[in-house]
Amino acid sequence: MSGSRPHRRQLAAVAAAVLVLGTTACTGSSGGATDNPNAKTTITFWHGWTAPSEIKAIQDNVDAFEKANPNITVKVVSGITDDKINQALRAGGSKAPDVVSSFTTDNVGEFCSSHAFVDLTPFMKQSGIDPTATFPGAQLDYTQFEGNQCSLPLLSDAYGLYYNKKMFAAAGIKSPPKTLSEFDADAIKLTKSSGDSYSQLGFMPNYHGYETAIAHLAAQFNPTYFDSSGKSTVDTDPGLKQAYEWQKNLVDSLGGYDKLERYRTTFGDEFGAKNPFMTGQVAMAIDGEWRGGMIDDSDSKVDYGTAPFPVPDDLASEYGKGYTSGTIIGIASTSQKQNAAWEFVKFLTTDTDAVVSFANAIHNVPSTKAALASNKVDSDPNFQTFIRIAENPHSNTTPASPNGGAYQLTLANLGYAYESGKETDLQSALDAAAKQIDTDVAQSQ
Amino acid sequence: MTLTIEGSKRRSSYRPVTRSARRRRDLVRNLAFLSPWLVGTGLFFLYPLVATAYFSFTHYDGFTAPRWTGLQNWFYVFQDYPFFWPAMRNTIWLVVVIVTLRVLVGVAVAQLVIAVKRGGGFFRTLYYAPYLVPPVAGTLAFVFLLNPGTGVVNIVLGRLGLPQPGWFNDPAWSKPSLTLLALWTVGDLMVIFLASLLDVPQELYEAAELDGAGAVRRFRFVTLPYIRPILVFAAVTGIIATMQYYTEPLVAGQVASGQIGGSGQQTEPGYPDGSTLTLPQLVYNLGFQRFDIGAACVIALVLFALCMVFAALLMRRGSGFLAED
Repeated sequence: MSGSRPHRRQLAAVAAAVLVLGTTACTGSSGGATDNPNAKTTITFWHGWTAPSEIKAIQDNVDAFEKANPNITVKVVSGITDDKINQALRAGGSKAPDVVSSFTTDNVGEFCSSHAFVDLTPFMKQSGIDPTATFPGAQLDYTQFEGNQCSLPLLSDAYGLYYNKKMFAAAGIKSPPKTLSEFDADAIKLTKSSGDSYSQLGFMPNYHGYETAIAHLAAQFNPTYFDSSGKSTVDTDPGLKQAYEWQKNLVDSLGGYDKLERYRTTFGDEFGAKNPFMTGQVAMAIDGEWRGGMIDDSDSKVDYGTAPFPVPDDLASEYGKGYTSGTIIGIASTSQKQNAAWEFVKFLTTDTDAVVSFANAIHNVPSTKAALASNKVDSDPNFQTFIRIAENPHSNTTPASPNGGAYQLTLANLGYAYESGKETDLQSALDAAAKQIDTDVAQSQ
Repeated sequence: MTLTIEGSKRRSSYRPVTRSARRRRDLVRNLAFLSPWLVGTGLFFLYPLVATAYFSFTHYDGFTAPRWTGLQNWFYVFQDYPFFWPAMRNTIWLVVVIVTLRVLVGVAVAQLVIAVKRGGGFFRTLYYAPYLVPPVAGTLAFVFLLNPGTGVVNIVLGRLGLPQPGWFNDPAWSKPSLTLLALWTVGDLMVIFLASLLDVPQELYEAAELDGAGAVRRFRFVTLPYIRPILVFAAVTGIIATMQYYTEPLVAGQVASGQIGGSGQQTEPGYPDGSTLTLPQLVYNLGFQRFDIGAACVIALVLFALCMVFAALLMRRGSGFLAED
């Protein structure tokens, strides 16, 4: 008996050492816009931009706002990630943000359904802003969830095709492809094998090839992800299945998953100067409008053009569309200065000059109809391609879900398994994915 | 007589009061001495343990009050959460392989450093220095060195005509790569074993040598019994540390996948093919990214139970590492 005591003590010490716990305190989300917007106050604004040029651009807008609203001072905190946002919104407190922006639209469903962000509809009504007349449809879609407009678009992203003009000319390709069959042919024509690798690749189709996510590619197939009751439709949607099949076919046509994956490991950082399109390792890439700005600001000598990403042959009439997404901005429900916060959000998201100057500065697509039509928007033809994609009525995005981007992760994992050949029965995999998505959504509620 | 009776009554009624008061005083004094431990254990162990167990039976997203859901989280984690079992297998694999190899290599390196006649200090520093490298920096260095396409290791292997593994980009090689990284930082164990080995009395080795024992038998019958408590310490702390293995697999997986999630991208958990996914990553993902705190608590409790089982196996008397020869 006495011999077992030290033993138990050791076990207890072990137990104490290993426990990993997440027991954050429950905080309510009372909110309530009772503050006087004309009173002198300071609001805290969190955003995720980190590049010096981006920080300067947003600061310029903040300065313009403070000049127009001298009673409101904005304390800006940069480099914020979604994890930090989620944690701060739950923790609340005096140091929590009043206004929050996020690079991803994935968490809008969670922000809205949990009421972490306040519904902005009453604020817009009070300010006489008609959302449908102010913002493009796709942008309004990805900033609301089940009728709760808990965020607004703060610039947009549109995805299109970047192509290397010199490589196109060398391969005898006269214009960018418009259909996926033309695209596949061009990708093969632009690919030069070298031993078990490549000296030049037409297009990197693997899902880890940076922006070649299934959601970005599948947008060309008009997929649906949920039905009106919120149930997953990925097992019955023909577009999504066709997207997986098209990508897998292209992977096989270009040399197979293993060879492509090995080549992918030679790529530099996506957002650095060694991006494979900027180094000439790939001839074509799907990317957002920001890539043009990055190329222009870098030492890259790539002579590039832009075009909408090709569409399936049977949807040729919809050429010009693409996947759209963007940065969103909302007001924390824990904020005690919601009226002042709204003044700031309103300025950033609806003031045409503010939207246009910010969009031009960071090479993003403006997010209001007025700003899109403004003659002050960067007139560079390569940039204008993305303006037109954003305006295209067939452009689409991934819908908000109450558990954030969990369903996209399920679909991404399916893609990894299918492209590598680990999964061969696509329909069974889609059936399982639909079931998993529904289970995950149910678990989150 | 009366006085005597009164006196004895007084004495008899006085004694129990004195004893009881003394007991109380002793109790208060003992509790006062124990209070730092009691407060610490209560606040940082018992309360979190009870709270974790409670939250595991609730739906709790951090915004609204916890809602009792019975065993729903447990069924979800064990039946419906696709990452749980791969993470469990990976964690156990890493615990068994990394802890075993780190202990073995730690003892071997300590023996070698002792055996070196000149430059012992240099080798001690050489082996210990990697332990001081921040985990993120060390992992990044390994991912770049072992990059299948551009890494120096595969370039050298290629020139030697040897196979060039995919390392962190190959599901079959990702865990061995993490093991290499863990062995690179074996300096902490080397120092502990070094102290323990230097503490073994030389007379025992001399006596064993006189009895005709060779190097292996001297290690088996002299060194090993002497350093056994240190081996148990190394194994138990190693298990705890590896059960909480988070930074290295997360960084290695994300960097090797090429997707760091900086632009709102979905990153593949445990790239490649879930092979670097560990249970602590799931606790963080569920608890602090998806805010499914109930399900995260289930995995935290599973981790806790696993640690207890491993530790109990190692420390059990009679047949465990603490067994007497």
